[in-house]
Amino acid sequence: MWIYEKKLEFPVRVTKPDVQMAKYLITQYGGPDGELSASLRYLNQRYSMPTNKAKAILTDIGTEELAHMEIIATMVYKLVKDASPEEMKRAGLGGHYAQHDHALFWVDANGVPWSAKYIAALGDPIADLHEDMAAEEKARATYEHLIHLTDDPGVIEALRFLREREVVHFQRFGETLDHVHEYLNSKKYF
Amino acid sequence: MNRDQLMLLRRLQELQFTAIELNLYLDTHPDEKEPLMEYNRVSQQFNNLKRTYEDRYGPLMVFGHSPSQYPWQWINGPWPWEIEY
Ligand SMILES: [Fe+2]
Repeated sequence: MWIYEKKLEFPVRVTKPDVQMAKYLITQYGGPDGELSASLRYLNQRYSMPTNKAKAILTDIGTEELAHMEIIATMVYKLVKDASPEEMKRAGLGGHYAQHDHALFWVDANGVPWSAKYIAALGDPIADLHEDMAAEEKARATYEHLIHLTDDPGVIEALRFLREREVVHFQRFGETLDHVHEYLNSKKYF
Repeated sequence: MNRDQLMLLRRLQELQFTAIELNLYLDTHPDEKEPLMEYNRVSQQFNNLKRTYEDRYGPLMVFGHSPSQYPWQWINGPWPWEIEY
């Protein structure tokens, strides 16, 4: 089961309201390479992993991604919470305001709603771990793009933290891939 | 949220971050003794400090993980997304 801990993994400090940045950031909430996609991808793939190491790493990284989703949600919440409808309209969020007011929603930076098509599960551990490594690199690249789009030191600090986590996750998935390769080869010969 | 609570919360976040990092490392290196000992040491520090925090400011986890004083403290704000760091 999952337990909620009433605290963020990393403190989110926002210097000033910035609706435009919130519109870009939301892609890490409900976009293809966002944290919802990441957590669901890993937590779903773990059921078809052949080894205990692989089941553990997918469970734990999938869980950490849920905490990252909360960090992104907190940033978006703080950046838009006091914005007027007029300010939202000017930042290209008029449509968002019409449908969702100040609520968060699972969309990407262009307003495209989240889809299960963003995640794969082949049931083949080699294919799935490659997908996971690619996903981590895509998330890292997206965080770099987002860092280029803001000058808010608080937002940059949180985005750098998240980018570094993707680098670590990539590393752990790479080790898991090697280990699963070894496991599958050993099965072939014995 | 007052300074003392915020400082304690930041310290908890730092300790837990170290624990998460070691946790993921141990998932792919389960036979290494050094990081395991470090994980156990950090877990203990984290749990001790968490108990101190919860006694003062209410539970960080429910569903049976932490007790609450009267009245039920869990519903108290600020919630994580509302905290000004
Ligand atoms: Fe990740």
